[in-house]
Amino acid sequence: MKDLSMHIMDIVQNSVRAQAANITLTITVEASWLILKVCDDGTGMDEATLTRVSDPFYTSRSTRKVGMGLPLIKQTAEQTGGSLQLESAIGKGTKVTARLGRRHIDRPPMGNIAATAAMMITGNEGVNLVFEVKQDDAVFSISTREVKDVLGDVDIRLASVTSFLKDMIRENLEELNIEFD
Amino acid sequence: MSKVKSLSDLRKMRDELQAKVSLREKSDHPEKMVQVKVSMATCGIASGAKEVMNHLIEEMDHRAIDAVVTQTGCMGYCHAEPTIEVTLPGSAPVVFGHVDNKKADEIIEKYVIRGELVDGIIPVNYETVKENKKE
Repeated sequence: MKDLSMHIMDIVQNSVRAQAANITLTITVEASWLILKVCDDGTGMDEATLTRVSDPFYTSRSTRKVGMGLPLIKQTAEQTGGSLQLESAIGKGTKVTARLGRRHIDRPPMGNIAATAAMMITGNEGVNLVFEVKQDDAVFSISTREVKDVLGDVDIRLASVTSFLKDMIRENLEELNIEFD
Repeated sequence: MSKVKSLSDLRKMRDELQAKVSLREKSDHPEKMVQVKVSMATCGIASGAKEVMNHLIEEMDHRAIDAVVTQTGCMGYCHAEPTIEVTLPGSAPVVFGHVDNKKADEIIEKYVIRGELVDGIIPVNYETVKENKKE
């Protein structure tokens, strides 16, 4: 994974696959840390599964024998002096928190987070995705539900809608001076 | 300084989009939209599926093609990622493998706009439960 937005897309896709109806992605920018948090209300995992998901040769899928998403983000977090924390309960959902050393030389760049967020907001049918970015007092937030409320009967999945949201998110993050380096 | 886009601007854009939707609904063929699904599992993402999806959205928007672009899980073609499934109105879905931005342009130009098949199609090797029951 060459940038963090790829890891984020991957972790959010895990939540979609776990049949989550609500997913919240929060990116918190601190002086020394970059914290990525994904919370969902999907099927959740039991204790035994939770201890094995960081093993790249464990997956809940039957079509292939590897599951690389969480092991890869764990490796990235740990190589920057950070960590990966997982909390989950069957029937309640899962919370994934990756803490990365913001100034660490091995931290991958954020990548195109505006495009990634726009694609996640519009591209997953039946999922309400909340995207939040926090840095000091600055907060930017947008959700699938808000966009759908504005659009009414217009299909949220239209390419023109995603394209608009991508520009809107980028401009708002710039306006708030939120920078990921 | 230029004005930052907000949801109010999206509300204005909605009126234009609504006009297009009602035009489509009044036509003889209600399914007029091109549907594109991008396989977005770890294998696809690591191979560049996110960039391809972003490019497809930009190009469809730029060329004013009435299209919905969504994500889907692993289609099982990890060896050929990034993979996309394109469904033209009234046609069966076609899966393309090893799609990069250049191939995406070719798919839009030749397959989506002109209906010509292009290299890189992954042959269909699955059937739906409904199709199986018919036989």
